[in-house]
Amino acid sequence: MYGKAPPVVEPQFEHPQWLAAWRELDCRLPGVQAVFEACMASTLARLSEDQQHGLWGIGRQLGKPGRGPEPVKAWLTHWPEVVTQLDDAPLDDVMALVLALHRSPNSAAITPLLGSLATAAKRLGSAEHLRHYLQLVQQFMQQTTGSIHGRQQTQPSPGLVPLLEQVPRLLQLVSLSGLRRWVEHGARVHHHHPQHQADYFALQSDDSLAMLQRQRHGTLLVDAQRTLSLSLQALCKQDTPLVPLSGDDAGPGRPTPIYQADPQHPSLGLPDVLEPLNGVDALTRYRLMLLHAAGHRLWSTPCVADNWSPMQRLAVEGFEDARIDRLLLQRWPGLRTPLLALLPPVVEGACNEAEYACLRHRLAVFNRAVLDPRFDVHDPHLQDFVRAFEAALQANANTSAMAELALRWVARTRRPSDQQPSVFFEGTQLDWRDDNRHLWRFIEDGDEEDTQPSARHDTAPELHSLPPRLYPEWDHVNQTERPDWVKVYEGLHPSGNPRELDRLLTQHQALMRRLQRVLDRMKPQGRERLRRLELGSELDLDLAQQAWMDWRLGHNPSERVQQHWRTNERHISVQLVMDLSASLAEPAPGSELTVLQLSQAAVAILGWTLAQLGDDLAIGGFHSNSRQEVRYWHIKGFSEAWGDAPLARLAGITPAWSTRLGAALRHGSRTLLQRASPRKLLLVLTDGEPADVDVSDPDYLAQDARQAVLHLQDQGVLVWCIQLHPAHEASVQTVFGRHYTLVSHLGQLPQTLTQLFLRLTH
Amino acid sequence: MSNTAEPHYLPQGDEVALYEAAYAARLPVMVKGPTGCGKSRFVEYMAWRLGKPLITVACNEDMTASDLVGRYLLDAQGSRWIDGPLTQAARTGAICYLDEVVEARADTTVVIHSLTDHRRALPIDKKAETVQAHPDFQLVISYNPGYQSLMKDLKPSTKQRFVAFEFDYPDALQEVAILQGETGLDAERARTLVSLAHTARNLKGHGLAEGVSTRLLVYAAQLMGQGVAPAAACRMALVRPITDDADIRQSLDHAIDALWG
Repeated sequence: MYGKAPPVVEPQFEHPQWLAAWRELDCRLPGVQAVFEACMASTLARLSEDQQHGLWGIGRQLGKPGRGPEPVKAWLTHWPEVVTQLDDAPLDDVMALVLALHRSPNSAAITPLLGSLATAAKRLGSAEHLRHYLQLVQQFMQQTTGSIHGRQQTQPSPGLVPLLEQVPRLLQLVSLSGLRRWVEHGARVHHHHPQHQADYFALQSDDSLAMLQRQRHGTLLVDAQRTLSLSLQALCKQDTPLVPLSGDDAGPGRPTPIYQADPQHPSLGLPDVLEPLNGVDALTRYRLMLLHAAGHRLWSTPCVADNWSPMQRLAVEGFEDARIDRLLLQRWPGLRTPLLALLPPVVEGACNEAEYACLRHRLAVFNRAVLDPRFDVHDPHLQDFVRAFEAALQANANTSAMAELALRWVARTRRPSDQQPSVFFEGTQLDWRDDNRHLWRFIEDGDEEDTQPSARHDTAPELHSLPPRLYPEWDHVNQTERPDWVKVYEGLHPSGNPRELDRLLTQHQALMRRLQRVLDRMKPQGRERLRRLELGSELDLDLAQQAWMDWRLGHNPSERVQQHWRTNERHISVQLVMDLSASLAEPAPGSELTVLQLSQAAVAILGWTLAQLGDDLAIGGFHSNSRQEVRYWHIKGFSEAWGDAPLARLAGITPAWSTRLGAALRHGSRTLLQRASPRKLLLVLTDGEPADVDVSDPDYLAQDARQAVLHLQDQGVLVWCIQLHPAHEASVQTVFGRHYTLVSHLGQLPQTLTQLFLRLTH
Repeated sequence: MSNTAEPHYLPQGDEVALYEAAYAARLPVMVKGPTGCGKSRFVEYMAWRLGKPLITVACNEDMTASDLVGRYLLDAQGSRWIDGPLTQAARTGAICYLDEVVEARADTTVVIHSLTDHRRALPIDKKAETVQAHPDFQLVISYNPGYQSLMKDLKPSTKQRFVAFEFDYPDALQEVAILQGETGLDAERARTLVSLAHTARNLKGHGLAEGVSTRLLVYAAQLMGQGVAPAAACRMALVRPITDDADIRQSLDHAIDALWG
């Protein structure tokens, strides 16, 4: 027995056009009717007849393939927006992409795609650009949709739906080309890891945010932070930390600066990125924000807010801000040009009091009147208050005098329309002003939302260790850096028993005795005599006598009869970076010892040698378990004396994991670069080639390490590799060029290492 | 020298009277303070005021004891002894001023020890002679504590032999007066220049080793006197010489724009 389908009940629309449209749409899926009714009125008003037919026709098509009501609802909601933005909206391209999604395992992405179109049309501004956007989505889909044995695509793209859901936000932040670079980067580097891909495109991973930050247009606060801090220090003697506020803290526009006047932890939140505005460059905009907040810190005192209405508080803020700006201009007259360029050109009477609450507008006109000397006001009340404001400034008015004036202004200019729900905002926000939260003190707890910028919580909590440091990695395929790509955790290496090393060292007693003799000769002599100088610091009596005799004998005397003493000191810092990967535990060929034991002995002798010479030495070791976990262990610090503590750490080495060399070089060289010594040497002791569990491209890590080495060489560090395994010569050449030593006979490692060091530094 | 015109010096406090007292007792004097704050000018002024000749030695790190004491030179008759500036001052009763003495190596500064205690004598080893200082002789050294590195500090045994004056940049009003006195700049522009100097001095320790000195302010004012636009003169005299750091330069340039308008 089959039940009979319930009869289709057609909704009763009074307007014949509505009924015709509903019939054309021909979709009975649940919820569609409500959306249809909600958008119908505006659609009829905005869309031409052809466009309406297109809307209903495509809506019908979308309802048929059995993907549920969501695509139809998204279509009806967003497409009218697209058509309103772009007359020549590329309907065919959209449909082609929808069809492609429908035929692939990615049909779940149809709704988010349609949902992203309205913002895309608005931000991109032309049909041409919208087409490029659609192509980008299509390419991404093809690139990331999984297939089995390369034949039939069966796995949906893990990143497509998160990407499309983020597109409205992304396009607020970056241009289309920036979006393309961000998408291509994510698709390439997370190709083989579905979960990472989904996280990247949902903006849930560090590297995703860092990469996005790089694509943003305008000046980033992080880039300008130092010069801004210096300006603050120079101009106002303040060292308030600057905190970036990201764009979505205050809706689609840029966030308002926030000055937290907490005496313990003051901070100034500034937008994380700014673009030039009205011919004022981004840095100057930042500086105006900075100086305005600094002005508040210098000249404002908090007021008790409890007894004042929001309108009164608004007026007090407006007057106080104007006072601060005037004081800034008085002190730094050169700020006038950018400030006036950023001042919105409000004019009296622009706000219609019948429709809007105009308080903010009146305040903006007042602000312009006191800041812009070329602006004339006609309203007699306003003129009175401008005069009163000028008089108060002359009399060095403080915040409470300003508040009094502002309250009088509110009382005098109050209008019934100020209570209207629709507020006139146009031209009432001044670019450089902060939100004035520091101006208020509440005696009773209010329900004000705490919007203090807080640290990001999305990083995984790490216990018992310093927080990881993020380093970039070089992507040799497209010649760019992957920002914040590798996490390096550092720590002090656990100690072992230093007596085990003593046993190893006894085998090298003869070497150490030989070295001792060499070292005694090499020790810095302190002063060195330079003879036969024409201009020295004192006469060399022997030579002078010789010259005198020559003179008397009628020969030409030498004029080089002076000498000079020069201090001659070794001043060198050496950083040794040891590869602690698992292969170190293998036995060394032709020896009963392991590679690890030989390395330990060699490093112990090197440490002893440097201690004898008085050179600065730091020793670190590293191994890695994917880019998420590179461990860098400190074995000896520069300021630590050579003794049992570093020996114990050296003895405690336990090899494990893989070799991510580039990250280790970047991290290990940090302290070396800070050393004051004119000569810096970084030695790398390794028995393998750069490799890690999450990298399949054999060249990738070697090229990355090459970049790290080049970068260090640019900074004046001599980087030298001691390779313990002859099979890896090619890779070591790639990374270090000619700066490497191949140890052919591992038993000789202690001699080789020490001799190499002496050769490099003598 | 004593017979030249009076050097322009604006006393900041009672340092003139204190110096006169120190000279009356023939105490060795150390003048401390940042670069370009008027240390050398003060010593010149005091020498002029006391009517004594002044012998100034600019110390540098290649300077040796011979450069101070003297050396044998060769000539047609054989070798000839030439007194160094310190010996010359000790013989003739001049004020010997060793400028930026920390620049000289520590072993060089030790030769002044015997001149700065009760002996007031300078032994010259090479001549086997001891020069007894003239009663008018006085030793003055200047010393910039800004170079506080281990390498460049005076030995405690040297420091212990001097009475010291601590100088700093003059306060704003005085600095304006100095600028006007030195260059004839109008008060308005002199004030702006001084507030710019204060801006730069705020960065000391934040990337700048030393702030803008009064001397550099005088240079800027002189450039302005030559008709250079104020902002350009400030960039040239106050910012470019003191820093190579792009961020600091940018911040100071901005301060110049903000002040001059």
